[in-house]
Amino acid sequence: MKKLIALVLALALMVPAFALADNVIKIGVFEPSSGDNGAGGKQEVLGVEYAHSLKPSVTVGGVEYTVELVNVDNQSDSSKAVTAAQELVSSGVSVVLGSYGSGASMAGGDVFAAAEIPAIGLSCTNPSVTTLCDYYWRICFLDPFQGSVMANFANSLGAKKAYVLTMLGEDYGNGLGHFFTDAFKALGGEVVAETFPEGTSDFTAYINNAVNAGADCVFAPCATTYASLIIDQAASLNVSFPLLAGDTWESSVILDAAKGKNINVYVSTFFDENDGAAAAAEFVTGFKAWLNANADKKTNNGNANADKKTNNGGNDIVAAVSALGFDGYNVALAAIEAAGATDAKAIAEALPALVYENAVTGSISFDEIGDAKKDMAYVKKANTETGAFDFVKTQTVSGL
Amino acid sequence: MFDRILPYLLAGISVGGQYALIAVGYTMVYGILRLINFAHGDIFTAAGFFMVYLTASLPMSVSIPLVIILTVILGFTVERVAYKPLRTAPRMSVMISAIGASYLMQNLMWYVTGGLAKQYPVLPWLGDTVQIGSASTKIVTIVTPILTILLVIALVTLIQKTKIGMAMRAVSHDFEISQLMGIRINSVISVTFIIGSALAAVGSMLFFTNYSTVTPTVGAMPGLKAFVAAVFGGIGSIPGAVIGAFIIGIAENLIRAAGYTAFSDAFTFALLIVVLLFRPTGLFGEKTAEKV
Amino acid sequence: MKKMSKTRLIVCLAAVLLIYVGAWFAEKSAGTNSMLVTVLKKGAVYALIAVSMNLLNGFTGLFSLGQAGFMLVGAYVYAVFTIPLKRHAAVYQYYNGGIIQFELPLLVALILAGLVAAGLAALVGLPVLRLKSDYLAIATLGFAEIIRAVVQWDSLGPVTNGSNLLKTYPTFSSTKILGSTVLFPFIVSGVCIGLILLIINSTYGRAFKAIRDDEVAAEAMGINLFHHKELAFVISCFFAGIGGALLAMFQGTVQANSFKSAMTYDILLMVVIGGMGSVSGSVIASFLYIACSEWWLRFLDNEQFIGSFQVPLLRSGFRMVVFSIVIMVVVLFFRRGIMGDRELWNLRLPKKKKGKEGLK
Repeated sequence: MKKLIALVLALALMVPAFALADNVIKIGVFEPSSGDNGAGGKQEVLGVEYAHSLKPSVTVGGVEYTVELVNVDNQSDSSKAVTAAQELVSSGVSVVLGSYGSGASMAGGDVFAAAEIPAIGLSCTNPSVTTLCDYYWRICFLDPFQGSVMANFANSLGAKKAYVLTMLGEDYGNGLGHFFTDAFKALGGEVVAETFPEGTSDFTAYINNAVNAGADCVFAPCATTYASLIIDQAASLNVSFPLLAGDTWESSVILDAAKGKNINVYVSTFFDENDGAAAAAEFVTGFKAWLNANADKKTNNGNANADKKTNNGGNDIVAAVSALGFDGYNVALAAIEAAGATDAKAIAEALPALVYENAVTGSISFDEIGDAKKDMAYVKKANTETGAFDFVKTQTVSGL
Repeated sequence: MFDRILPYLLAGISVGGQYALIAVGYTMVYGILRLINFAHGDIFTAAGFFMVYLTASLPMSVSIPLVIILTVILGFTVERVAYKPLRTAPRMSVMISAIGASYLMQNLMWYVTGGLAKQYPVLPWLGDTVQIGSASTKIVTIVTPILTILLVIALVTLIQKTKIGMAMRAVSHDFEISQLMGIRINSVISVTFIIGSALAAVGSMLFFTNYSTVTPTVGAMPGLKAFVAAVFGGIGSIPGAVIGAFIIGIAENLIRAAGYTAFSDAFTFALLIVVLLFRPTGLFGEKTAEKV
Repeated sequence: MKKMSKTRLIVCLAAVLLIYVGAWFAEKSAGTNSMLVTVLKKGAVYALIAVSMNLLNGFTGLFSLGQAGFMLVGAYVYAVFTIPLKRHAAVYQYYNGGIIQFELPLLVALILAGLVAAGLAALVGLPVLRLKSDYLAIATLGFAEIIRAVVQWDSLGPVTNGSNLLKTYPTFSSTKILGSTVLFPFIVSGVCIGLILLIINSTYGRAFKAIRDDEVAAEAMGINLFHHKELAFVISCFFAGIGGALLAMFQGTVQANSFKSAMTYDILLMVVIGGMGSVSGSVIASFLYIACSEWWLRFLDNEQFIGSFQVPLLRSGFRMVVFSIVIMVVVLFFRRGIMGDRELWNLRLPKKKKGKEGLK
């Protein structure tokens, strides 16, 4: 008993104190590096790290501040995200970037709001992230838009009946599925919706349900962990309909699962590697060079035996979330410069009026809710032979 | 109508066979130690990860036996470390130790893999697609029930005909008396864990050939369901566990076919509670007087 | 249990008051956003939940693994009835604003959370409490899973928001007492634990312990087994429900998906580490458990350098490995936990002082 208490007190003393050095500004990176969304979260962090390597400091009021990234792993879990967010807040960050999944962002949002620290959502697409939190901004498009993009695309493929499959308790999937359903019905289509519980491995029954319902396409926005199972099992059941999904499926996990199989997979996403615009092209070449140059260096985001290229899925294909991570970091720096101060509250006040033209995913400015005014999505198809995504089309709001 | 049901039945039989191989491990351990081995589902997961990491550097023909050996060693170690020191402790302590062991293994796997899903290697032949009537499926779907039944027959023969089998039956009948009769209780228990782990390893190969993603927590649900199957069939009875597993596998797929997909897991537990209330010893369990 | 002397009672109450003052000072000096305050708040919430589980597992000898399910009910009841009306449209975005078009005062919702959980426990207990030991454990675990599936059911969406997050209800930052966020959870959980202590020391409590020690003998002494088991189950779940509501307040968001069986295992481990059958043990263990898992061991998750030497093994996930090894060591070698079945106030004085340090 005495020993135990002594041990505990000794441990308490070992808690590393966070000494705030002069001229350092901390930016929190609130991303999953494990769990269902771990693969995507790591790619998003890569984008942030690349941007950080280009601009490691920021000038505020004539004084140069070194930017320090503080990484936490929110484990793709809305209950773990709360304490992860608290850890960021207690380490004294001025602004937060992330997260990959909407659920974690919604859970962390309250913590950031209570501490009055602004957070910039990178690829969390659920509307509630910003509508229910005054301290959340976001630089990507929203699910009502993405849902109608995919509904229109399904319609253009000639689908009359869609089967929507989402995971119970996942805010991203449920939201996107809901908006897809609304849009698809408005186009005169029929929808059969089902949900699977977390941890499901056996999707054959769901795919058979889709076949029996006479669906012409399956829309399955969910984490990549489940996506690879769905693709694999759909392929082994020889289904004829295409699989459609949202931005999470734009991942090398999907490409690996679909490679060499007889299956059509379409995704909508934020960015295309072969975008001709100058800023985008520069980012793509720079990022690839950085990835390959750093291939043997360890990241500071967790997995020590994974180098940057492994974190990117083992290749140098540029994921849209990496582009968003890159933009998010730059938006944060622009906000700090616009605020002319390093404290969280000033940055939060500078964000609403901020316009960032130079973004690789298209110019970023915020509406009164805090969402980026973005109106373009890219539809891509997984090439089962080359193992890469082929560009299909772009879709804008006005074009709907 | 049958064409419509057939794919669900196939999936149910296949998943039932995989549950059965795990359930046997639960039921044997419970029969002897009266312990719900919560760590069994994690041993099953670990077998999946062994395969992922071994095939990265070794050929399949070496990996498969090595996976079984490693899983057996793991199961044996868990018993020696987490359960043996508590042989005389109250049952609740052992069960808590089992929960702790499961917690430790999950966290260890999380640490080693970085918390990311790993792609299971494709086993040759088993992963190929075949056509049955109007449904197409993987070969493993058909192999699973056959292999399960063969293994269980072999196991039952072992328990009925061999000396160690006799010792196992004696221990499960009365722990103290069999100790007094000179049965080396620790080796009997070890053999039980070895057999259970080996079957879990085989089960994991079949399971992950069908569902090719391995995550640190993937074994939790199949493990829990296999345990439910063991209780359902009458815990301690091997044929009971196998039949229970097939019933649960098929029922859960039929529930999904009926459109109640969100309830497929909950249904398993509802079934369990109903069985416990009306037949507390399960379908094939022996009726024993409660020891005071 | 010996009757407590008057001076001892006063000393205990003073100690509790001292803890409150200490918590208040901690927040004032370390700041509301520090990890210390986070740990104190979460620890206070889990202390109540662990004590409620101990009432069942440690004092009545009923091995129930359904705690997470009843916490879920409490958390949902609290959240559903306190979300401000003007936020309904945004929260229930897929269900046209939901069908519950009123909100309850915070404390009413908190008590209602306990009552609904208790009511459900009364229903679940009728069939389940006839089962024994392992079978009871697995049946309650099953019930918790069923509750989780039902709450996530899409048809209940207008009430529960389906499987989606609930948020924007009042949290600890809106229940400041004396400008401090820690006092509310400390006071609510302190009052609840006090009530549980009163129950344990009443005739009912003695009957519970008699059932734990020997069911047959207890029945022979004229204790109605089923009646008392049901009572213990309902009381425990009432406080688990309030604990769930407090957890919802702590987290700021509620989602059925996070109330998994792993949560029950966490609480069970707290009870075991504190000592089965010791209320103060559960309280101390909860604070230690939360502090270790959320705070003190965090440095294990990041790469550390001593000079230019990189400490090996440290990376994401290592914290939980070390933590689970510590737990296994406690479970295997210190089976009685920190307190065994003793209580702080029954120890000799020098030991008591040490214990309080552990609590901080």
